[in-house]
Order: sequence, then C-alpha cells, then structure tokens
Amino acid sequence: MKVKEMKREMITAKVMKTAPESPVNIERVSPFSQTRDEKVLREIAREVRKDIIRMTTEAGSGHPGGSLSATDLLVALFWGEMRHKPNDRYWADRDRFILSKGHGCPALYSVYARTGYIAHEILPTLRKLGSPLQGHPCMIHLPTLEISTGSLGHGLSVGNGMALAGRLDGKDYRVYVVMGDGEQQEGSVWEAAMSGAHYKLDHVCGIIDYNHLETEGTVEEVMDIAPLAEKWCAFGWHTIEIDGHNFDEIFAALDEAKATKGKPTMIVAQTVKGKGVSFMENNVGFHGKSATREQMEQAIKELDESE
Amino acid sequence: MVKLGERESTRNAYGVALAELGEIHPEIVALDADLAGSTQTRRFADKFPERFFEMGISEADMMCTAAGLAVSGKIPFVSTFVIFGAGRAWEQIRNTICRPNLPVRICLSHGGISIGEDGSSAQACEDFAIMRSIPNISVIVPCDAAETKALIHEIWDKPKSPVYIRMTRNKVPTILDENDQSFHQKFTLGKAVTLREGSQATIIACGQMVAVGIQAAEELAKEGIEVRVVNMSTIKPIDQDAIEKAARETGRIVTVEEHNIYGGLGGAVAEVVTERYPVPMRRVGVRDVFGESGSPDALFEKYGLTPKNVVKAVKDLVKS
Ligand SMILES: Cc1ncc(C[n+]2csc(CCOP(=O)(O)OP(=O)(O)O)c2C)c(N)n1
Repeated sequence: MKVKEMKREMITAKVMKTAPESPVNIERVSPFSQTRDEKVLREIAREVRKDIIRMTTEAGSGHPGGSLSATDLLVALFWGEMRHKPNDRYWADRDRFILSKGHGCPALYSVYARTGYIAHEILPTLRKLGSPLQGHPCMIHLPTLEISTGSLGHGLSVGNGMALAGRLDGKDYRVYVVMGDGEQQEGSVWEAAMSGAHYKLDHVCGIIDYNHLETEGTVEEVMDIAPLAEKWCAFGWHTIEIDGHNFDEIFAALDEAKATKGKPTMIVAQTVKGKGVSFMENNVGFHGKSATREQMEQAIKELDESE
Repeated sequence: MVKLGERESTRNAYGVALAELGEIHPEIVALDADLAGSTQTRRFADKFPERFFEMGISEADMMCTAAGLAVSGKIPFVSTFVIFGAGRAWEQIRNTICRPNLPVRICLSHGGISIGEDGSSAQACEDFAIMRSIPNISVIVPCDAAETKALIHEIWDKPKSPVYIRMTRNKVPTILDENDQSFHQKFTLGKAVTLREGSQATIIACGQMVAVGIQAAEELAKEGIEVRVVNMSTIKPIDQDAIEKAARETGRIVTVEEHNIYGGLGGAVAEVVTERYPVPMRRVGVRDVFGESGSPDALFEKYGLTPKNVVKAVKDLVKS
C-alpha cells in the first residue's frame, strides 16, 4: 500500500465523518449481502482468518490469537445479524458494534474490508505510521469505528450509553459488544453489568469470547472468573452459553437475545484462542506475537486446506 | 551486568534488579496485572512465586491490595503499563497509597510514545503531570538501564513514602557507567546529575531523552555552541538548586521529555525557573496531541523528540 493511497483513504474516512451523504460513499458499495448460510459464512471466516495472519505478520506485531477466536462471532454479527449498510455507514438506525477487546482489531478490520467499509488493500498497513488501522482501534483515524477501544473494560459501558441514547431518541437499534474473558477481571465491566440491568437495556447484547487464555497464561490460573454465566445471571442479565465457533448456536443465541425483553443479554461463547491454525490454537505464545513469514505460509496453507 | 554503550530497556533492568533484591529482602512482594512478561516482574515471580501476586486485569484492585500489603509491613512493587497503572488506577494511588503515605513502589513500564505499534491507547504522555501533582509521592524517570538498576537498589526501602518510577519498552543506549567510581556516589534520589558541561545553555532531560540531549549537545559543540546537559531523573522532589544554578550560569534552559509539554518535566522546571531565577526556556516534548501506531524511531521523528529538534530549540534561545 502506497502512502499516497493510504492518505487518500484517510481523507475519505474524514470526509465521511463530516458528510455522511457524500458521494464518496457510492464508490464504496460492495458486493456484500447478508446471509446466515453456514457454508458461505465458513468461507468468509476462512478469508478473515487469512487476513488476520497476513496483517499481523506484515506488521511484525499484534494479537493474532484473540483475533482468530473472535472471528466467527464477528462474521455472524456482520453478515447474519446486524442491521447495517456499508454504503451508508452513519445511517442513524444501524445496529452498533463495539470491539471492547480492542487488541483483537485485526479481525474487525478484515470484516470491515470484506463488508465494504474500508478498502481491502489497506489491511497490510496495520500498525504502520499514518495508517487508519491503528494497533488498537481509534475512531479519529478510522471513523467507521463506533468508538475507540484498547483499554480493556470500557466497551460495555459505552454500549450502555449508546442504548440509553437510542431509547431517548425513540430508535430501536441494537448494540453488540464483544469482550474478552480476561477483560472480565476489570471491575468496570461489573459496573457496566449493574447499570445495564438497572436500566433494563434489552437492546444491549454482550458477547464474551471465552477462549480461556489471556496474556500471562490461562484465565483460570491468572485470575479465575468462573462461574462466569452465573455471575452475569446474578447481575440480572439474560445469559446464554454457546459454542462460539458454531454458527447455528451463535444465531440461536442472537435470536434469543433479541426476543428477550426487560433485561440485557450476555452470550458466553466458548472459543479456542488461535482458532483455525494448529500451532496457534490454545497457545498463549500467540496472544501478543505475530507469526513469522514461514509460520504465516503454513497457517495460510492450513486454513486453505481446512473444511 | 549493565554495559556502557549497549542497548537495554529500563524495564529489563528493573526486572533483574527486583529479582536480585527479592533474594536479600523477604519483605519485598510484587504484584502485576497480567503483564508480568512485559513489565519483567516475571523474573521475580519465577524466583519467589509465593511473594508474587498475579492480580489479573484489575489495576484498581491491584493498587489497593498493594496498600493493604504495605500497611501490614510489606514493601510492594506494583507493575503494569503506565497508562493502566498511573492512568486507570490514579485515584486509588492518590487516596489509598499517597494519602496514608505508604511505601508502595509503583514501577510502571511502557510509558511514552516509544511503546510504538500498539498506538495511542497505551501511549501514556500524561503520567509525569498527574503523578507529580499528588502529595507525598516521588516521581522518577531513569535514563537508562544502569540508572534503573541503581535506583531500584536505592529506593526499595527509602523513602518510606510512595515512589513512582516510569520506564519504557524499547531498548535504549546505556549512557551511564556503573563501573565508574563516581557513578554510585553521584546517584541520589532528588539530585540532578550534570553529564556534560557548557555555558551557553542547559539541556535538562529525563528518561531516554537524556541520550537525545547528549547527542544534541555534541552536534551543537561542532558548531561552537557549548551546552550543559543535566539528567533530571527525579522529577519530584525536583532538584531546585541544580535548576537555579543552570539558569544563573548558562542563562537559557531547554527541557526534553517523552511526555506532553504540559505539566511534565518542562512544567516542573519552569515552575522553579520563574520563582527562583527567570531565564528564557524552550520545552521539547509531545505537543499536546495523542500518539499513533508506528515504530518508536518513526514516532520520535514525527513528534519532534530528536536531537535535531533539541538543537533547533537551543539555537532559538542562543540567537534571541
Ligand atoms: C485496562 C487494560 N489493562 C491491560 C491491558 C493489556 N492487555 C492487552 S490484551 C490483554 C489480555 C486480554 O485477555 P482477554 O480479554 O482474555 O483477550 P483475548 O484472550 O481474547 O485476546 C491485556 C492484559 C489492556 N489493554 N487494558
């Protein structure tokens, strides 16, 4: 990606922020169409995972493990659940998405690229000087983001705020917040748990990427958060436990969340950190480290050959 | 051993020193918030697992737990990234560590823009300001691995009040020689150290910007401009006499810091200069903007934390 093109992309992004109806949007209409067809979604998820590996290796840093574990959840949300229009990104009625575990942003950037929010060619600029694709999501650099994240434990509160605003404005958009399991250790998450239930924010749906690993080891040995579903239940949230790599289960849970009135929903999704790449799966070494070029080739090959 | 001229990160020197101290002083305990591998407290944890407390990603809880340990006779060393410790848990530090004046050692790493690719969410450039404005606490920013090591060995049990140490992620050149006889005599908390003499201006720097200041001084010397370089590793309590002396003797001061120009080293020096002996000043630092992703060197270049920029600031003053 040439710097000049990158600059243009950033300018485009800025223009959109101030003038959502700008004709620039028209250029960005993508072949994106929504679907819950599992076969199609598996293919998309495979490509997203390949993007994640390539981007982080190209950057020489980043967080591939937690990006890979959240991939199926993000794909399900953007292709099969959320109401949104990539060619009208500031549409007031769109559902909101917040990646509270901001370090997993390679997955989100790839999803943005493949749904048509950003140009796919800018993915290799991840973490480089001047890139809209910051190491942790920054909405000043990439206005497509609903909020800047990167410090854990902030996203759910922001989601609650968006839902409160939606209620005031008589809108029925929903707010989806993806958090990490290590992130559950932040006290502020539980403050948000209280206020979400207190204000009966049934338009908020949180999803926990329960991959059982954080930076220093397993969540169980670092600071156990179990029993997690019971905790959310006790805080007054409708709680659903699923396999976070099974699209049927993900959609059933999202439908159940939508049908739940009077309280917010928390989906506890069991996942595998590094999902899809044998040497990254359940390997804490790939929390904050990218693959070498050799490893990248192997990972891409594995992903291509997987079902 | 820390070798003169070699590049080593201050966080690494901290981890090594802490593990050494743990051997001698059983009252030392360490706490971290899921970043022990990065902050280097892992070295202590591996040696003394029973005296290391992994707190998970819960910095506020960690600070107050440290307060509880301190008030019960332990000397807690608390580590995470600067932004999550000094930032997220500031109020816990202020009210429950500093107000009761407890001997907690808040040793945070990955400060400044040199954390690099992670981007602005982690690039703390506000910590000098928010930490030095809390009563009772000392604020120290070591310039290299040698100073970090000496510092950790000195401050482990004195002062009896809270201490904040700011370290960085990247490897930095070791500019102080720990084998030099005068090194340990020179190193005292609260005392600035003159690293180079000069009469036309004084560069006062801290952290890895001290090396940048020295480089600038060398450049200036080639053009016949002789400047003093002072390592002001203790930002609080600041060495007022050294600042006044620099103002009196050189008449111009340039501060250099990996921090916002508001409220940090430049601010602290200016407070002393205006009250004791007003002279013209320039502050080199991050100019009240957030950082972004990029390599540390690319960021230093973009945000003006370079010898070139320090040279320019000195020349500005010398000409005016
Ligand atoms: C408040 C805060 N503290 C510390 C960090 C540094 N950090 C980044 S990722 C991470 C571990 C996150 O673990 P988890 O939430 O389980 O994410 P995942 O395993 O899904 O990547 C930590 C400690 C941070 N980003 N924010």
